[in-house]
Parts: sequence; C-alpha cells; structure tokens
Amino acid sequence: MKSPILQSATKYLLPILLLFSFFLLLRGHYYPGGGFVGGLVASIAFVLHSFANGTEATMKILKHKPLSLIPVGLAISTVSVTIPMLFGLPAMTGLWLEEPIPVIGMIGSSLFFDLGVYLVVIGVVLTILFTISLNNLEEKN
Amino acid sequence: MIDNYILAPVFIHLFTAIAQLMAWRKTVTQRVMSVIGSSLGVLLAIRLFTKVYHSGILTMNSSNWDAPFGIVFVADLLSSTLVLITSLAALAVSLFSATGLSRQRMLYGYFPIFHFLVMGLNGAFLTGDIFNLYVWFEVIIISSFVLMTLGGRKAQLEGAVKYMAMNILASTFFLTGIGILYGITGTLNMADLALKIKLVENQSLVGITACFFLIGFGIKSAVFPLYYWLPSSYHTPPSAVAATFGGLLTKVGIYAIIRVFSLIFIPDEFTKNLLMALAILTIVTGSLGALIKVNIRRLFSYLIVCHIGFMVGGIAMFTKVALMGTIFYLFHDILVKTNMFLIAGLIRQMRGTMNMKSLGGLYAQYPKISLLIAIVLFSLVGIPPLSGFWPKVYLFQASFTNGQYIFAAALILGSFVTLYTIANMWSEVFWKDVPAGVEVDNKFEPMPLFRKILLVLPIGLLGCVTLYVGLNAEAIIVLVDKISDQLISTQPYIEAVLGKQN
Repeated sequence: MKSPILQSATKYLLPILLLFSFFLLLRGHYYPGGGFVGGLVASIAFVLHSFANGTEATMKILKHKPLSLIPVGLAISTVSVTIPMLFGLPAMTGLWLEEPIPVIGMIGSSLFFDLGVYLVVIGVVLTILFTISLNNLEEKN
Repeated sequence: MIDNYILAPVFIHLFTAIAQLMAWRKTVTQRVMSVIGSSLGVLLAIRLFTKVYHSGILTMNSSNWDAPFGIVFVADLLSSTLVLITSLAALAVSLFSATGLSRQRMLYGYFPIFHFLVMGLNGAFLTGDIFNLYVWFEVIIISSFVLMTLGGRKAQLEGAVKYMAMNILASTFFLTGIGILYGITGTLNMADLALKIKLVENQSLVGITACFFLIGFGIKSAVFPLYYWLPSSYHTPPSAVAATFGGLLTKVGIYAIIRVFSLIFIPDEFTKNLLMALAILTIVTGSLGALIKVNIRRLFSYLIVCHIGFMVGGIAMFTKVALMGTIFYLFHDILVKTNMFLIAGLIRQMRGTMNMKSLGGLYAQYPKISLLIAIVLFSLVGIPPLSGFWPKVYLFQASFTNGQYIFAAALILGSFVTLYTIANMWSEVFWKDVPAGVEVDNKFEPMPLFRKILLVLPIGLLGCVTLYVGLNAEAIIVLVDKISDQLISTQPYIEAVLGKQN
C-alpha cells in the first residue's frame, strides 16, 4: 500500500509522535502516562512508518533489530531496582536527586525504571508486528 | 528483623536471564552463564538459610513502605529452606540441560525462560503479600507455558493446551478469592490478614473464600479431582523441562496451601475433613493410574499425583507431628522427583525411548550409573534409612494418634504401589535384556567424556543431597520441628512483619 498522502503525513507524524511518547514517559510520575503508554505511542509511530513505506524501510531507520531493545530495557529497569540495595536500602526504594533539572524536572531511580519499561514495550510490540508482516511478505512472494 | 538482601536469590536469576537475553543465540555462552548463575543462586540461598536459621524470621519492606501498606517479603524457615532446595534442583537442571537438550530449543530462548521460572519460584516462596503471591504464580505459569511449547511438536502443543487451560482456571479462582478477601478485610498483607480475618463478622463468607483458594491451589498442585492435566502434559516436554515441572511446580501449590491455611484460614473441622477426603482420593487415583503405565515419564507423573496426596493428608490433620511429616516429605519430594525426571532423560539418551516394553539391559551395560539410580529409586520408595522413610514415620504416627485409619490405609496403599511400580520398572529397564527386534539408539555411548559427566553429575548431585537428608535425618528433623512450630504458632511471623503490637 503506497499512498503519497500517508507517506508525506508520516514524515511529519513520526518525529511528533516520538516527541509525544517521550513527553508521556517523563510526566508519568505525577500525572497519567509513563513508560508503558509512552512505549506504545513510540511503537505506533514506527508501525505507521512501516504502513506507509514498507517494513524493510522501517527496519533501516531503526538500525538494530527491535528484539535487542528487550534485554537493554530489562537491564536498565533491574539495575534501577537493585541500586538502592547498594546503599543498604530495600530494593525498589526511590532515590532522588536533590535539585530538579530544568525541562525534565525531578530525576530519580524510578525514571530509569520507566525508561526500561519504555524500551521493553517498544521492543516487544515491534518484534511481534514485524515478525507477522515479514511472514506475510514471504508468503506473498 | 529487617534484612534488605533477602531477595538476592530472586535477583541473581533475573540478572542471569537478562545476561542470557543479551547473548541471544550464542548457546555456548548461555550454557556457561546458566551454570554460573545457578551456582551463585545456591550460594546466596545458603547464606539466606543460615542467616534465618541463626537469627530468626527476616523481612524486607520493598520500596521502604511500612508493613501493611507496601509489599513485604518474608523469609521464615520454611521459605528459606524451600529456596535453598529449589536452588539446588535448579543447579542440577542447569547442568543437565547444558547437554541434555537439543540446540534448536536453546536457540529459541530456553535458558532465559528457565531462569525466569526459577526466579518466579523463589519469589513465590519469599513473598509475604497474597496478591504478590498471585503475581509470582503468573510469572511461573507464563514461563512454564513457553518452556512447555518450545519446540512446537504436536504432542507438546496438545499437552500445553490442557496445562494452560487448567492453570488459567486456577489463577481465576485464586484471583477471585483474593478479591473477596480484600473486600471483607481491606488488606492483602498475609500477617495483617491473619489478624483481621478473626474480626470478620460473617465467618461463613470466610469459609467460602477459603474454598476458592483451595480450588485454585488444588488445581496447581494436582489434587483429586483436578489432577488430570498433569499426567496428560508432563510427558510431552523434554526431560530437563519436565524435571523442573515435576519437581517444583506442583510443590509451589503445596507450599501455598500450607502458608495460606496455617496463617490465614486456620482449618476448622469441615476444611480438615474436606482436605482429608481429597488426600485419600488423590492417593488412590494416583496409585491406580501409576499401575498401568508403561511409559516411564507417565508413570512418574502418576506417582507425583499419588505423593501429593501424602502431603495434603498431613496438612489435613494439622497437628505438629503431621506437619513435620508433610514438610519433610515436601523437601524429599522436590529433590527426588526432579532427579527422577532427569533419570528418565538419561535413559532416553541411552536408549532413545521411554517405553518400558522396548527398554532393557541398562544394568549390564552401565552398572555404576545404575547403582546411583538405584539409590534415588530406593529413597523414592522409602527404604530406611533413605530420605523417603522418615517423613512416612511421622505421617503414620500422626494418622494413628488422630484416628485417621483410612488415611493410614491409603498411605500403605500408596507406598506399596510405589514399591511395586518402581520394582517393576527396575526389572524391565535395568535387569531385563534388550527385547528381541528392538533397535538400540544409544546416543550416550559415543559422547565425549565431558558431556557424559555433565549428564550424570546432576543426578549424582541430587542423589548426594538425598543421601544427606536421609542419613543425617536428625538434623533435618530438628529443622522440620522448628518449621512446624513456626507454622502452628504464627505470632512470631506476625510480629516480624508488623512489629510488636498491643
């Protein structure tokens, strides 16, 4: 399905959606949002791109296989969960910086937990969808 | 006492799994990581056990939220011993799967999923929150679905559908029970529940909730009449997977029954009679099933069902002696059943089949390995002084002092059937010559020595632990005695979690 309208719309939508997903990831601690929803929005951006330009083109802009995002995300989450144990605190305790950072706001270990979730969600969703669409392509050929 | 490191045996398996995901498709690296991770897991479990043994119940309030509000992890003697035994069984399975599994399965992520499964088991033993227990159960069953279907043969998928349907039903019952419990008490912390459940006015509602939990855990631990998924699914996956399932998964159900019924729903007359009836029927049906099976793994599956009945019967009597028997049997059962399925895997490597009719001649060909296997089989049957003997002494004593003569009869029946089927298996598989006209497909003989050692070592390791438990029964009985004290008087557990009250 090659539609010029969808292709040119996607060109603008992809960065906007990615930015929005990042916004959701950052505001998640006090308001609705967070890593899971942010990850879903980001993967929708890539899925839209693959609708417009084909799955192979999307794989090209991703550079790495989405599967490799899963262990990276899991590792970030697990490290953020276990780091408090190094300070003698119970696992999963939130550690926060004293001063807020401009634009981003307060940074704590739970942000990294969310970041890990964000990456895992993108990895899982894209792996599932791309596997299905590549299988379909092979069957058609 | 608060100890922030009690989750270490859980995290070590999580880290191992993540490292293995990073080494995706590098199967040799994954095998090495798996053995190292499991060995570290055993060391951490030993540390946890000795600490709990010497300084009493340890707790950890995750995220630093105080007790009834946050999720609490509690390591008492029962959970820390089970974590230790689980880690030992996991180490044995890790070693065995390093050679006893086809490379195809490893490519699709066998090792990471296996470590996620062990992580779930350790977490389920350590949690002190009933909803968190449900979450660990989900981790366990999702990993076990993947392990069961990995490889995608038709028989496997058929077994997996039965397994999945029954386990999802069990989770639904369990979750509904938690919902009602939260509705009537307003708390999910098990120690807090133990205090608040007594204050509920409508005690019959509490009884109904207990039945929900009983059905949920009953399906998971394969109690009559909900056991039939087990024999029809456990013979399908590869032996290393079946060893984890047979040794550990049903026992988590038993652990959950012990925990919930000793802490929250103290059994009344009705529950005791119900549990006793279920136990007797489980033993009888398990024994009858085991009598007619010719496939080794199907036979072992029915023996699992039969021996689950022994433990449920012990819980049903709910006296100190009965609980000592149950818990000792639980420890013995995890070690021996894991080993039995590993042995089945070894026999398959040696002969290419698990049908007793076409097996034979193993004793003539491998006398030393056969003697090692004989020790394991003897302790399964319960020949004194091996580990299966001591718990049965306590179960018999308890059933006679409580006047449960039917249960005593069922115990005798179950033990005799175990003896008969194992003796039958021994003569068919080890003593009989290879039947005429059967092609022997021996993959074990041409293997290099290192791989042979890797296949036999885990069986030897678990066999040594079984021997230690049997010959050093005095120390184990002291431990089991302390555990059943903790289960009967729950005050120390509640004080450890919630602090001194009133």
